Amino acid sequence: MNKKLHIDWTRCDGRGLCTELLPAVLGRDDWGYPVVRHPRNGDGTNATIGPDEAQAARDAVKLCPKLALVLQA
Amino acid sequence: MTHMTSQMPVTSQHLGPSGNNRLFAAGSNATLADHERAYGPLPEHCIDATFIGVLEQSGLTGRGGAAFASWRKVSATGQGRDGALLRSRPVVIANGAEGEPLSFKDKTLLLHAPHLVLDGLLVAARSVSASSLYVYTTAVAMPAVEAAIAERRDARRIQVIEAPETFISGQASAVVNAIGGGNALPLDNRRRLSDSGLKGRPTLVLNVETLSHVALIARYGAQWFRSAGSDRDPGTRLVSVSGRGADQVLEVAGDEGLGFVLAHAGIDLSGVQAVLVGGYHGRWVKPLDYRLTPSGPAGQTVRPGAGVLHVLSTGQCGLEATAWIVEYLAGQSARQCGPCVFGLPAMAKVLAAIAGGDRNPKLVGELERLGTLVARRGACHHPDGTLQLIQSALEIFSEDVGAHLTGNCTRMGGRAA
Ligand code: SF4
Ligand code: SF4
Repeated sequence: MNKKLHIDWTRCDGRGLCTELLPAVLGRDDWGYPVVRHPRNGDGTNATIGPDEAQAARDAVKLCPKLALVLQA
Repeated sequence: MTHMTSQMPVTSQHLGPSGNNRLFAAGSNATLADHERAYGPLPEHCIDATFIGVLEQSGLTGRGGAAFASWRKVSATGQGRDGALLRSRPVVIANGAEGEPLSFKDKTLLLHAPHLVLDGLLVAARSVSASSLYVYTTAVAMPAVEAAIAERRDARRIQVIEAPETFISGQASAVVNAIGGGNALPLDNRRRLSDSGLKGRPTLVLNVETLSHVALIARYGAQWFRSAGSDRDPGTRLVSVSGRGADQVLEVAGDEGLGFVLAHAGIDLSGVQAVLVGGYHGRWVKPLDYRLTPSGPAGQTVRPGAGVLHVLSTGQCGLEATAWIVEYLAGQSARQCGPCVFGLPAMAKVLAAIAGGDRNPKLVGELERLGTLVARRGACHHPDGTLQLIQSALEIFSEDVGAHLTGNCTRMGGRAA
């Protein structure tokens, strides 16, 4: 089952730890903030996470220094 | 109805105001007495959850900008998504923050018809069994609202909260944040306010004009509401007209023609180059044969948003005007979300360069690239609204873009500076 990785922009400070853990899912913009590489219906705030990336996504949620990431069903 | 009028002097207003003068039918600075004379008493005691069905039949949509079906919003707050048993009592907020600089219809409404807004708030609160009621508005309208509350017994539990004069203060989650004691900044949009808003309670935020229509629908019914406007856009709406001549608020039928509204406002249409519809998050349109309605085919209709109509005269530069607005919007980002905080100023700079006559041919492409970096990447609609404005400017003023980039802008005296 795919999950959604939600970025809380009010918290994220753009240091990019998540983009290192999930290089296939998240790129970085001009200012360092994560960019959803394959946005669904143009949604640039919720990245789709497949089974292969599930563990890395859970790590990103745990390690994000700003608690800006949430994994949702 | 004729049989009644033949016997007793029931004023026609008690059957609902006829024509398009609905919200200001009680006159300027309406007191409670003026209000009751014009509209009759509010049947508040008869209102319960079944009113949501009446609201659905009425087809009322939000007048604060998004034009979401009002009954859906009310219904979501009343029931909750999962129908949990232990839900806390809902909160209803009348939103009169109106941060948009070109909009003044909500302030006008609160100053002249505050009782209509209070009625609507009481009706909405009853239909979702709310226990906390707020009016959120800027300093200029607070005295009128407080005076109106003091005039009536049924409104004592309504609290009035001051909204700061910022562009973003009226965004629904910013409203909830501000009333909860925080700053008037948007919250992350992962949770819905209808499930968890103020202090975690289901929260319904409705624009003050929307609530005024609710007050009249509660009195006169859905059919009366639909007797103005069209099937796809029933009722009336307030518009704030500016840019040529004196600023003014008009009440117009739903689905009205843009040119008709401007002519009605006394504007000489031959001097109109384009119109900004919907405000700083809206879009430029020309010519004037568009209809003002939130639903309908693009190309023939334009979404009124919160009802802002701002006229650009022939002889003014649309690119310059847009660059100025985008710079303002960039400064109004609530400084929370990186892509908005950095992306909007970057876009403002490129647009200012184009407007100022910089002939670098890559500017338009750069503006588009930056657009993809801000789209849907913020806690609120601010980046997307700004993007929509810029895109419409590039489209409507495309000839001017070409002229600027080749140094042939006629409005800049035949040469780009
Ligand atoms: S790790 Fe967290 S704070 Fe850092 S860029 Fe990713 S989401 Fe933002
Ligand atoms: S998107 Fe912009 S305006 Fe909206 S909350 Fe984020 S920083 Fe503030």
